[in-house]
Amino acid sequence: MANDGTGWKDIPIGGMILEAGNAVKYPTGGWRAFRPILDAARCVHCLQCWVMCPDSCIIVEDGKMRGFELLHCKGCGICAAVCPDKVKCITMVEEGRALEVEGK
Amino acid sequence: MSEFKALDGNAAAAEAMRQIDPDVVAAYPITPQTSTVQTFADFVSDGLVKTEFVTVESEHSAMSACVGASAAGARVMTATSSAGLALMWEIVYVAASNRLPIAMLVVNRALSAPINIHCDHSDSMGARDAGWVHLFAENPQESYDNAFQALRIGEHPDVLLPVMFMHDGFITSHGLERVEVYDDAEVKDFIGQYKSAYPLLDWRNPVTYGPLDFYDYYFEHKRQQVEAMENVKQVIIDVGQEFGERFGRTYGLFESYKLEDADVGVMVLSSAAGTTRAVVDRMREQGYKVGMLKPRVFRPFPAEELVDALKHLKAIAVMDRSISFGAMGNAGPLFLELLAALQVYGDGRLPVSDYVFGLGGRDIVPSQIETVFHDALKMAETGRPERLVTYLGVRE
Repeated sequence: MANDGTGWKDIPIGGMILEAGNAVKYPTGGWRAFRPILDAARCVHCLQCWVMCPDSCIIVEDGKMRGFELLHCKGCGICAAVCPDKVKCITMVEEGRALEVEGK
Repeated sequence: MSEFKALDGNAAAAEAMRQIDPDVVAAYPITPQTSTVQTFADFVSDGLVKTEFVTVESEHSAMSACVGASAAGARVMTATSSAGLALMWEIVYVAASNRLPIAMLVVNRALSAPINIHCDHSDSMGARDAGWVHLFAENPQESYDNAFQALRIGEHPDVLLPVMFMHDGFITSHGLERVEVYDDAEVKDFIGQYKSAYPLLDWRNPVTYGPLDFYDYYFEHKRQQVEAMENVKQVIIDVGQEFGERFGRTYGLFESYKLEDADVGVMVLSSAAGTTRAVVDRMREQGYKVGMLKPRVFRPFPAEELVDALKHLKAIAVMDRSISFGAMGNAGPLFLELLAALQVYGDGRLPVSDYVFGLGGRDIVPSQIETVFHDALKMAETGRPERLVTYLGVRE
């Protein structure tokens, strides 16, 4: 991917992307209006959220749900919706309030 | 060995397509383009070409299929007219912006409404800012010749832009003429193979075509298109030269006829240039120093070169087969572009007047073109045009 400030002579023509999978390097989390907040204590690690997330933003380590990759999460809320009724450990919070709720 | 055949413009274009044997043709029939695609469809079913022929449900789909196939790495051709080109609109821009060297025959026909199937240039002129190269042909031979050159121009690494090549609906598309058809092998050798730099089907080197492109890079990609367009002129000249060496007919940006020692000139595109040439001959016999300039390339507009060829004249009359509604004087695009060119590359004092003619297939006859020349001769005396725009032959 071209870096900020790269001129028209230095980038592939027609907006083509020649490097596979480089979307990882392009943060799109800034489009998010609602942030998913995890209550880790209630999570049963069923990974329904990991299966359903359209942006592959559920971080899983050793089969355990560990949180969200916020550089690409767009806040669609699918994770919170598919979280089983008896668990419901994901809450969608307005980005502006995320700091006070999450402390970060 | 080449041979002479009696072909109309559409059959000549289809014959070129048979010889080219494109990887993919996706097209939808529309008058007066129909017989090109129909004839080519016969070639496909008769096994004369290996082309993947995609019959689609609309021109929007035709151009979409062409874009997909071209991105995949195929050599792609299509053909359309009028409303078909209008329906393609969105994807016409996509083809140019994705830098896909598709070659498309546009058989010029008036746009609706009222519905009209006959010739004028409002269809392709409407697409003049879409980023395609525009070539105009006077007759079936030129259209046949342009088909091969369209591929070479568009596929040139300095260009990589789609090319539309035009001929006049019915007048040229259905007018039988003598056409020199070249040897298949010679043609194949001239056009060579198309090798896409980034074919989508090369799964070992995956690439993305047409991703989201915002305020951070979109502008740079448009700037690249400008550069490609800047490169087109030289490529057209080189390819036209090479074509001439191989096949005997050399092509450039425009053709001038008896212009060198002329006092006044008429600039006109396509089939009407043939009539104008005859009028020039007749008026020369009568002692009038008149000439003609027939642009072959409208996009990129060869502004500097045209002014160079015209600046010695005392007056110019432009004949436009379309109107740019609401533009200055409600003139035609050819006139407006030439005026701008004369301002920049000339001294801006040469009197020029526009004659809009032939809309919806209205006949243009030699006596009308004679009046245009006589107006121009008058302009040369007075130094200024009597009118900015004349609608030639319209009933008051």
